Formats: sequence, C-alpha cells, structure tokens
Amino acid sequence: MFDIFVLPFCAGVVALLAVSLMKYIRWINSFSKRQQITIRRNILSIKILPAIWEMFRECLLHWRITQRNLLLGYMHRSLAFGWFLLIVVGFVQALMACPGGHPFYAAIFFNYFEPRSERIVEFAHSQQIATLMDVLLLYVLSGLFLAMLKKVWSKPLGMKRTTKHNLTDRIAKFSLWCIFPLRLLAEGATSSIYGNGGFLVRWVGTVIAAIGLDSAEIEYLLWVLYSLALGTFFTLMPFTRYMHIFTEVFLIYFRKNGVIEGNKPSGYTKFELSACSRCGICIDHCPVNRELGISNTQGVYLLQTIRNKDLWHRAEQIAANCMVCDRCQVECPVGIDLATIRRQVRSEAHTAIDKPVGYNYLERVHPFNAIGRIAYFGGCMSHLTPGITSAMEQIFKAAGQPYWYMDKEQSICCGRPLLQQGLVKQAEVLRRKNRDMITRSGATMLVTSCPICYQSFVKEYQLSIKVMHHTEYIDMLLRSGKLKVKAGSERIAYHDPCELGRGCGIYQAPRDVLGSVGTLLKTKEERANSLCCGYNLGNISISTDQQQLVRDAALGNLLAPNPDTIATACPMCKRSFARANAIPVKDIAEIVADSLVQD
Amino acid sequence: MKTIAVIGAGPAGIEAASVMARQGCKVDLYEKQEEPLCNIRDKALLFPNFEKADTIAEALLQKLRHENISLISGHEVQQLERNKGKESSWTVDGRQYDAVILASGYTPFDAHRKEELGYGIYAGVHTSLDMERMLREGRIVNSIGDKPRRVVFLQCVGSRDEKTGNHYCSKLCCVTAVKQAIEVSKMLPDTEVYIFYMDLRMWGQHFEELYRSAQEVYGVKFVRGRISEAAGTYDGRVQIKAEDTLLGLPLRITTDLLVLMVGMEASDGTRKLSQMCGICGEYGFVQSSDPHLNDNSTLAPNLLAAGACKRPMTLTDAINDGRSAACEILCSYSLPLVFNS
Repeated sequence: MFDIFVLPFCAGVVALLAVSLMKYIRWINSFSKRQQITIRRNILSIKILPAIWEMFRECLLHWRITQRNLLLGYMHRSLAFGWFLLIVVGFVQALMACPGGHPFYAAIFFNYFEPRSERIVEFAHSQQIATLMDVLLLYVLSGLFLAMLKKVWSKPLGMKRTTKHNLTDRIAKFSLWCIFPLRLLAEGATSSIYGNGGFLVRWVGTVIAAIGLDSAEIEYLLWVLYSLALGTFFTLMPFTRYMHIFTEVFLIYFRKNGVIEGNKPSGYTKFELSACSRCGICIDHCPVNRELGISNTQGVYLLQTIRNKDLWHRAEQIAANCMVCDRCQVECPVGIDLATIRRQVRSEAHTAIDKPVGYNYLERVHPFNAIGRIAYFGGCMSHLTPGITSAMEQIFKAAGQPYWYMDKEQSICCGRPLLQQGLVKQAEVLRRKNRDMITRSGATMLVTSCPICYQSFVKEYQLSIKVMHHTEYIDMLLRSGKLKVKAGSERIAYHDPCELGRGCGIYQAPRDVLGSVGTLLKTKEERANSLCCGYNLGNISISTDQQQLVRDAALGNLLAPNPDTIATACPMCKRSFARANAIPVKDIAEIVADSLVQD
Repeated sequence: MKTIAVIGAGPAGIEAASVMARQGCKVDLYEKQEEPLCNIRDKALLFPNFEKADTIAEALLQKLRHENISLISGHEVQQLERNKGKESSWTVDGRQYDAVILASGYTPFDAHRKEELGYGIYAGVHTSLDMERMLREGRIVNSIGDKPRRVVFLQCVGSRDEKTGNHYCSKLCCVTAVKQAIEVSKMLPDTEVYIFYMDLRMWGQHFEELYRSAQEVYGVKFVRGRISEAAGTYDGRVQIKAEDTLLGLPLRITTDLLVLMVGMEASDGTRKLSQMCGICGEYGFVQSSDPHLNDNSTLAPNLLAAGACKRPMTLTDAINDGRSAACEILCSYSLPLVFNS
C-alpha cells in the first residue's frame, strides 16, 4: 500500500512534528523556575479535568467566538471540529478496513488505496462510514465557503475589519483552502473509475464523467496535488499562524495549571504568541481602530510583529500606541494576556531609562501611626480631582470611621503608571516605600479612590490588610447601615472604568450604590464592554484631539439614555468626561456625599 | 425704511444699533438678559487706562436713546431663519427684517471644568470675574475674611489649553491680570502678588508699559509656569504645585487667594444661532466670510456678525467691530452717510 505521491504529505508531517517538538521543548525549557515548579506541582492534579474541557470547548468547538457571532463560530468550528472528526473517523475507517495494520497515511488517502490494495478488506458498515466521511467533508467545505466569504464580505460574520496577513500566512492559507476541494475532486475522480465512496464523492464522480473529463488521466494528478497541498500546509504550519492549532491546547493546559507570566518574557509568552490564530476579532473592538481608524496596532499585529524578530522596532511602536483599556483581552477568543505582553515590549524598549534614580525624596516621607484606622490613598489622579477626595473625607466622617489620608501632603505614586510604561524597576522602588508605609502604620484596611492604584495594590503589592476601592467601601457602609443616603430621582448613567471593571471585575458594587441614590440607566456598552474614556496614561502616541475622539464615542454611549448625570468611579474618566462639558460628571463618592442623611 | 435686527445688547450690538438708527434704519435690539451690557457692568476699572467701566457703560447706554431703536430685553432669540420666498431677508422669532447683525458675544470659561485648580471646592480659589467683583466692592479678603497676605494669579485657564479643547488665546487675560495685580497692590501694599504665566502677550497700546510698571512700581512677581494642582490647607488657604520653567524647579507655595484668569468661549446663544444658520466656525464662534476683507459678513446673505461672537475681543475692538458691521449694512443699501458735527 504505497505510492510515490504520498511522500509530500509524509514529509510535511515529519517536518511539522520535528519542528513543533523542537520549538515546544525549547519554550518549556525557558519557563521561569517558578513556572516550572507550578507545572510540576499541578501536572496530574484535578485541574487537568477543567483544562481538558476547555481544550475541547475552545480548540474544537470555538465556544467563545460562537457566543459573539453564530456564523463566525460555525466557520471556525466546522474547520476545526470538522477536520478533527474527518481525521478520527478516517483512522477508524482505515483501522476497520485493514485488520492486518496499515501505514499512517492510509487513512488520508483511503479512497485511493481502497480499490487498489488487497490489504483492504470489506467490513461491516463500510458504506455508512463512507457516507459519514462525506457528511464531514461537506461540513468542512461549508466552513471553507464561509471563510472565503469572510475574505470578501466579512459583515455577515460580525467583523468589520479582518487581519492583513503576511506572505507566509497567505501561502499557508492558500494551501489549507486547497486541501479539501482537492480531496473531494481526487476522491470523485477515483469514484468515477471504481465507484467507491459516499454520496457526495459519487456525485462528484458522475459530474466529472458527465463534463467529459477523463478520470483515469486526472485522478493521479489530483491525488498528487492533494498530497502537495497537505505537505505544504504542514511544513509551513510551525512558521505561520496555524501553529495556534496545537499551541492553544498547551496554553490552556498551562493557564489552567496556574502558570503566571512575569515582566520578562519566558517560554509562556512564546506559547501565547503562537497560540494567536490572528483571527482579528481584537481589531474591531479596539478604540484606537474604532474611533481613530488606526487599524494596524491591535493585539493581533503586536503578536505578529513580536514573532518576527526583524520587526522589533515596529513592535515597540505598536505596543506604545494602546489605550491599555484591555478591551481586546475580553474579546480574545484564545484568552491571551495581551496587557502583559505589551508591557514586556514596553519594558524592553525602556531598559535604558529604567533605573531607580531620582527617588531620594522618598527618604523624607515618614510613616504614620494609624493603628486601628483606615488608610485612605487618594492617588495622584484624585489630587487633580479634589472633589472626589473631599467627598471621601466627608463620607469617612459621616460614617464615623477614623481614617488616615496617607497621601494628602506628600503623595507617592502607586507605581502602576510606571509599570504600564514598562519601567519595572522604578515602579518597584515606589511600591516598596508605599508597602513599608502601610505596613508600619498599623492601619486595618486600605481604601483608594483611583482604580489604577486599586489594581496595583490588589495585584502587585501583596498587602496583608484588606484593600478596597471606594465604591466597594461605600457599598459596604451602606449595607451595614453606617452610612445613610436619601434616594432621589436623579437619572444616572454609569461609566465602568476599565481598570476597575475589566481590570478588577468590580461591576456590581458601584451599581448597587448608585441604585440607592438615584435611577441607574442602562447603556448599550457597559460592564466588560465598556468603552475607553480616552484619557489614559497608557498611550503616549496619540494626540489630545485623538483622545477626545475616543472620549466622544464613550460619551455618546453614556448620553444615549438621556441621563441627568454621568457617574464614574475613576478620577481619570471623570476628568475626561468633565472636559467635554456636556452634562454634570460626578464620581460615585461625590454623588453619595451629596445625598447623605445626617442622623 | 429698512428694518434691522441686532441680537445682543453688548458693546458691539449697541454701537451697531446706534449707528444704523442715526442713519435712518429701524433697529430692534434683542437682549437675553433683563439689562444690556452685563459683561461691562460687572467690571470695576478697565485696562489700560483704569477708566471706570460704569462710565463706558453709561456712554454706550446714552447711544441707545434714539427713536429708531427699540430695545427688546429679557428676550432670548429662539428662531433665526431666512424668509421663505424672499431669501435675502430674515425672520427673528416671527418678525421680519431686511438684515440681521449677530452680536451674541462670549461667555467666560467655566472654571469648574479645571477641577485640579479647586474652583468651587476651596474657598480661596476665585476666577478673574470674582476678583473684579471684589475690586468693585473695594474689599479683598481671604476665606476667613482677613486681609490676604498673598495673592496668586494664574493665566490661561481655559485658553491655550489642549485638554479643554480650547487651543486659542483669549487675548485679554494677560493684560487683565496685570491690571488686577496693580489694583490689588494699590489697595493692599503689603500683600505679595504673583502672576503665573506661559508667556505674556502685551500686544495692545500701553499694555507693555502697564506690565513694566507692575514689576517696577508695584513689585508684582512674575513666574513662568503653569499651576498643575491646588489643594486646600487646614487653615483655609490654598497650596499650589507648579513648576518655575525658567529655573527648571518644582514649586510649592501657599496662598490666600488663587485667581484663575478664565478665557472666553462662544456664548450659548452664539453657538445655537450660528449653528442654526450654518455659520458656525471653530470652537463654536461665528465664522466670518473673510478674515481680512469681509470680517463682518458671513456665508449667509444679510446676516452679519460683530464683536466677541467671532473670537475673543477687547471692548475697544468690539465697539469698532459693531460700527463696522453697521457701515457694511448702510453701504449695501446705499443709505447716505451723514456726519454729525
């Protein structure tokens, strides 16, 4: 059971396995010590079960994409799951047909060898399996049709813009697109000579005969082309976006095992880079594209350029032009941690200036004895919106909570803005000082008004005391009855700040607070879909005018239900919207302070 | 007899109405407020010659006393549109006119929009208009009613500011701050007076001399740098953070009064009416048809614009611009120009 035309396919498979294996081993070796320990500890733990379930759900069924758009989900699923089943059922077919064993390519070229090889015998349900194989091929072809449609008209698949691929990706895609039609034609040609195959293949065979083509002449050529298409695709796979097919499986496994990426890229980032299928879903939702029409700086292009070492300078530019709103991360069907990768690139770009110098003033800031008090950290941005900090002081007093306004006079940055620019060492100096101040003060809890600081305190500080954003804190005071407010008739539209919502998952507390003082309106894009306010420390590439365009889009969404007031929980969002001068913009703390009921 | 509507009884509107009335036109002068000249009446003395604002206001009101002028005050114009059928004439809230002069003016920048400067939050933070009111009353006090030991003026609040979207210069805040600083120094010789600026634009006649005397005679201290934030202190004063960009040093000083020199923005009426007629230009101001040759006419025929509804303008320029718009109309109707002796 051999013919020379199977060689391209076999060579492709060998190349694919060899290269992928080499890459994977190299990447796993470059995992950090901590990551390797995490993997070893969890290698056979119960965590593997949810991992397997997610692999099945995401790698084969593409569930997250389906939730966004049914047709797009169908396209991805039919190609992934359809091809997977085609291979599995094909192997079952070959297994049943060759009781004496068979070479591995027999399943792929089964219809060619079926009438020719004496090792293939008649078996039970052979006709049903052939029909099933045809159904599966049809399933894959329907997905292929949608993929082609998406290329010319992406709207029905829920995508405005699609990814611009590089040359190797395009060649690989072309070979992938050729595989299934060629398989159908080759099997059809064989069928018109020998009459084997299921309903579809037989029908194609009759069509070939009917249009007067000599099946005997073209059959061999078609099988050669089919094998060549497969061989080309498999050989190119490790060097193109199609590497995601296997890599996503590994990525899910590592992620479920609890592997976390640090500030320096390790093997984990390599897996993430290759797990990106370059589907381009991130492009449509990025505010830089939506509002400014800059469509070459999204996550997909960031990962693409990082993978190509020659384009490093371009990767730096792309990483810099980002609002850090994390919307892409919510949309990414693979769940790639784009924020961390972006920070790694920024960090790499800023290595020369990332030196902990110029922080002598920290020595002059002294800790305070705040035993039994709440430490209140306004944050630099709240210093620019004194309405928020004075409202918070009013609330602490009304609730009878002793507090220490720790950054009132000598404020130290929480470090996150530096971290967002990749200045890891400088950020660490500030964090160390703040951590020391908080620990030595003896405060019982830390409340902050700025979601940026909040995310920093929660994720980067490892404090031993509880950290709360003021929305959560006010919510807690209201629930416990320590704070009383009167309900008014104010119609309020709430803007979810990205650092608080997508960053820390706090969506409900602010809504509960606002619901108790006024009427909370629903907006079209809220919670995880909240739009960027445009005023972000993260992006230093766009102009103020461009920031205002991004802001106006978010403002339009908030103004749509015709509110009296826009509420937010972030000093940056507040400043951004207040500058537009449309309607009053208030922080939740200010709204609560205005409607306090004094006992 | 030609009938003309003038919208806005400020200096430009009054001057235009007065010129046209004297030349034999029937003028209806619309004013949103109950009284004309609101933006002059709240001022004390005017730059550069420290003339009383009330004197100018009186002189302008005198010009209004003409049989051809009817002042329709307390009336905000809602509809301004071309007559159907006769496209070159206009209807203002149902009344027909041969031509319209838009003189709907400016509005001071709302300092609440620069929250970092603490206006409306800390008692010691005021705008230049608040300062003018204090100067009118002749009583400058800090938040607890005492004589201030230090007064800081901050230039360019809401002008030349990308972040508020106002890229333009409001032209008269520089000299106003110098004028107010001199007045404060005259009234309270022991008080330290600072002016924080980006650069001082002393473009008009006598402005430079005023600036020089502020330094040499009155000892006003000029610091080049913007104030980034203000914070309240426990004793009701204001602590400001800034950078002295000439010395390249960060600066933190405490002051009794922080005076924000607010810029000029297109008034709500200017925005509304110019959008209604399709003559709205940058920043909501009215767009004239040519900045050199036809600065009073607009793209709409027989609809002219005068004064600060076009751009920030001083009182002198606004009066001149009103007169110029009136001449434009008179010339187009070939009415005789009669020179009163």
